[in-house]
Amino acid sequence: MSEKHQFHLYTLLRGVVHFMAWLPLLWMILGWVQNDLGADPIRAIMLRTGKTALIFLWFSLSCTPLFLLFGWTWVRPLRREFGLYSFFYASLHVLNFLWLDYGWDTTIIFEDMFQKPYALFGAASFFILLPMAITSWKWAFSALGPFRWKRLHQFGYLAAILAAAHYILLVKQAYAQPVLFIAVLILLFVVRFFLQKRNGRGAHHV
Amino acid sequence: MYKSIPIKPSEITPKSLYLSRRDFIKSAGVLAGSMVLAACASGVDEIQPVEPASTEEAAPDDLTSYKDITTYNNYYEFSLEKTEVATLAKDFTTSPWTVEVYGLVNKPQTFGMEDILKLFPQEERIYRMRCVEAWSMVIPWNGFPLASLLNIVEPTSSAKFVRFETVYRPEEMKAINSLNEYPFPYQEGLRLDEAMNELTLLATGLYGETMLPQNGAPIRLVVPWKYGFKSIKSIVKIELIAEQPATLWNTVSPREYGFYANVNPKVQHPRWSQVTERRIGEMKRRKTLMFNGYAEQVAHLYEGMDLTVDI
Repeated sequence: MSEKHQFHLYTLLRGVVHFMAWLPLLWMILGWVQNDLGADPIRAIMLRTGKTALIFLWFSLSCTPLFLLFGWTWVRPLRREFGLYSFFYASLHVLNFLWLDYGWDTTIIFEDMFQKPYALFGAASFFILLPMAITSWKWAFSALGPFRWKRLHQFGYLAAILAAAHYILLVKQAYAQPVLFIAVLILLFVVRFFLQKRNGRGAHHV
Repeated sequence: MYKSIPIKPSEITPKSLYLSRRDFIKSAGVLAGSMVLAACASGVDEIQPVEPASTEEAAPDDLTSYKDITTYNNYYEFSLEKTEVATLAKDFTTSPWTVEVYGLVNKPQTFGMEDILKLFPQEERIYRMRCVEAWSMVIPWNGFPLASLLNIVEPTSSAKFVRFETVYRPEEMKAINSLNEYPFPYQEGLRLDEAMNELTLLATGLYGETMLPQNGAPIRLVVPWKYGFKSIKSIVKIELIAEQPATLWNTVSPREYGFYANVNPKVQHPRWSQVTERRIGEMKRRKTLMFNGYAEQVAHLYEGMDLTVDI
């Protein structure tokens, strides 16, 4: 494929990603308005925003390994879109927790935050994604310089590990789904680690 | 008689009303839309009911709607998804049905459901139900005290515990086949004095209607001061025994689900907080009450026990 084609493919895919990324939110709003989120709508929003954020984070982390495996240059830049949408849904998830679920009741929020590892892991993951989202624009890349920028964004893996821990700590003995997420994460990491070594470190941005 | 709940049976919502409630959720929908899009912080107060200034003064316990009670169920034999149980349990066979009561009793007996309904006058009991997952409902059960049934079979002096067993029917309860790590049939247990407590109910219906499969038809246990998983559904066996029986959740994860499983805001689930709960149908969290608010009736059962150890 020529570079021009690759570029067109990227533009097209980016459009598709932007379109698809709003569907979970739209579905959720429709569900709320039509009173179709089940008996516990706040929990439904919690689960859906959390799961969507997780899926987008995993998509984001798979862009580089896919590029390394198959040489698809058009897939790699999509990590930014996926990452930003992950942060967007993570923000809704946090907002739902603080506002709809706990009504900004700081006493019980902090009780949960500091007593329960699930809340700490979730919060830590969010606070790693936050600076990544802020620095996902060109000006930040220039301001930070490629080395520091890259360092910061390598923390995406840590955010994913923390998010997976957050998830697995909240399921009641039904581990199939979180285990699947963790397996994919390990696979992505292995692919990236070995292929990058093979291609020579520093030849590509991480 | 059950003063801890400030609702009289006469105050139960008429069927026409409870079927059409939860309009407030709809009106809050517009607000939610603005929340997720713009994250604006104004308007929070509009959707929250006015609460008494003192948090110790419990807010009134409104009945949970029939719809919510019958569409939001934990019944792992059918599905892990609470919203899917009702559909998957729709064709569950509940007739004919017998309950075998045996073990350390003078008069073991197998009761048909018809006998049970004839033998024991059905009364209405409005109880809070607190799930270990930190949500709760208020349910108007129809049933009779477990003690009435136990008195008929006459437990011997060596009977110290009661073991309950749910029907095991993988051909109808399809999720059983994919949940190999769970030792089905579902089992639960109570100490004999807990079983004989006047709050402990065998329920055969709710809201005056025959019990639906998703709620544990045709007959289930209701122990309102314990986490919901103790209130075993679709009972086929009741055995009087001398030793504390193994129970399903306690076997699966003993550190997280104790044998006693009394609702206790001071004893945390290892992974999440039990200090508050979300009442289904309400927007605001409530503080979880010791023994789910039934301390007056049951606290004496645990005198001398350390409830942070005997969870």
